Amino acid sequence: MNTIKETSALSLNINRTIIYILCIALSLLSILPFWIMFVNATRSTPEIQSGLSLLPSVHLMTNMNVLTSKSFDPIRGFINSLMVSGFATALAVYFSTLTAYALVAYNWKWRQPFFTFILAVMMIPAQASAIGFYKFMYQLHWTNSFMPLILPAIASPAIVFFMRQYLLATLSVEMVEASRIDGAGEFFTFNRIVIPIMIPGIAVQAIFGFVASWNNLFMPLILLTQKDKFTLPIMVSLLKGDIYKTEYGSIYLGLSLTALPLFIIYFLLSKYIISGVALGGVKE
Amino acid sequence: MRHKSVSYSKYGYIFSLPFVFAFLVFALYPTLYTAFIGFTDMKGVIPKPVQIMDNPFQNFIDLIVDNPSFRKSLVNTAVIWVVNFVPQIVLALLLAAWFTNQRLKIRSQGAFKVLLYMPNIITASTIAVLFNALLAYPIGPLNSLFDMLGWSDSPINFMQDKTVTRSAVSFIQFWMWYGNTMIVLIAGIAGISPTLFESAAIDGANGFQTFFRITLPSLRTIMLFVLVTSMIGGLQMFDIPQLFHRVAGGPDDATLTASVFIYGQAFKGSYLYNRAAAASMILFVFAAILSAFLFYIMRDRDASKLKKEQKKINQAARTMAREV
Repeated sequence: MNTIKETSALSLNINRTIIYILCIALSLLSILPFWIMFVNATRSTPEIQSGLSLLPSVHLMTNMNVLTSKSFDPIRGFINSLMVSGFATALAVYFSTLTAYALVAYNWKWRQPFFTFILAVMMIPAQASAIGFYKFMYQLHWTNSFMPLILPAIASPAIVFFMRQYLLATLSVEMVEASRIDGAGEFFTFNRIVIPIMIPGIAVQAIFGFVASWNNLFMPLILLTQKDKFTLPIMVSLLKGDIYKTEYGSIYLGLSLTALPLFIIYFLLSKYIISGVALGGVKE
Repeated sequence: MRHKSVSYSKYGYIFSLPFVFAFLVFALYPTLYTAFIGFTDMKGVIPKPVQIMDNPFQNFIDLIVDNPSFRKSLVNTAVIWVVNFVPQIVLALLLAAWFTNQRLKIRSQGAFKVLLYMPNIITASTIAVLFNALLAYPIGPLNSLFDMLGWSDSPINFMQDKTVTRSAVSFIQFWMWYGNTMIVLIAGIAGISPTLFESAAIDGANGFQTFFRITLPSLRTIMLFVLVTSMIGGLQMFDIPQLFHRVAGGPDDATLTASVFIYGQAFKGSYLYNRAAAASMILFVFAAILSAFLFYIMRDRDASKLKKEQKKINQAARTMAREV
């Protein structure tokens, strides 16, 4: 009996060791490409061409000068991306919460069909309507405007779905009733009573909405042709072009600059992001 | 009293109005318009009068019958997705099973989750160009690594090899998404009733038996959800294949996916909006079929129950109102 216990304890330890080694290897696989990217951003092109190094060098400013002397304007790109993602996220979470509230708090005839409809259109890809969308925006003279990247966020079926689930769990009828008895209008109740209790859910959806909008390449690439309107993902696409052909240091620096804000957001909010991802899977 | 309870329901309509309006203008109309363009002769940068083709389905027929590039893009999309998804789901399942195993008690799980999920949050465009630089020829980080480890005698031009570039795109997709899938599966396993695992342990089931007889069957719905959402995402694969190569599509169009094809037709060279729109509609049909399937997985099972409950409450309220 004792030997059985010992062997099983031994095999458990062996298993554990293998699992730790694999997990550490996978973690390194996640870190290494980005590590090389940040390190190479500080190395000169001849240094990069002479081989791999995991230690930073001192050529950050030289790379910065080369990078910004051409068409890459990280500050402009950052501001543009921030404007698009900021406004789009604000609209998406506010109107999705409002729509979810309509679905949960009121009993109206079209409620169930409307929810079914939201579920049905949740996964329809943007690519499916891209050509018509582009032509429509072209006719409105809205190409090279941020409007077509911001306004469609008002209708975000997936966020409505999550907000509805969240409201079903948190909203108490008594709270709404009490507000009504106090003579508050429905819209006031929503803004002053419902929104504050929704803050945790709104925060999670805001993070994901912001990141999705920040990382979006397809729509901005189609709609924006003027350099001063470019968002960061489009600027990234400039880095692979001919103008930076041999300037590896500045290519890595450009990439680092576009990724840096996301790394900061991620390491500040990783707890919420991971639990948000987990929540997304258990949708039932 | 009765009058008031009726008057609230109008807010349901009012509060959904912005959503409905934005959906009609920015989603439904463009989709219908795209479908319409698919039947016309719309092309070229300069707008000119548009006519419906003599055979309205000509663009679709051209694409399916006469366009090897489009067929190739569909095959590429499928191949790249499958090669990314199979290892992704296997690794994610393994990790999820290990992380939730009570006997193994893996420590610092939080840190592992944060690190394995990390690539998913970084801009895909940045990652595509980054890997392009990492695989540079003749001198690049990966070539240096191969040289250091003695795996290669001379530098390898990774980007010129069809199989290598296609595998690289699959690998990047895999690398960006397995952490996400893992976390979803861990949440799924956490949702399985612990009594199931306990009784299996009492019955003397070993790790393999518990995994294959309890964990896997209980995860069926979640796995289906992961599969279908990944397929819909795979259909739209754009950022990585578009930016990974200097010329989108790579050597011999090895990484030309359906979305890259659509973008190339409409916004490069001859501006064939009609052909791109027809291709979009074909993609749309695929996505719609998958979405319909997903819809059946996710539909609210309790919704009908809730509805009955709600009706009862309403009725009670009405009788009460009448009595008042």
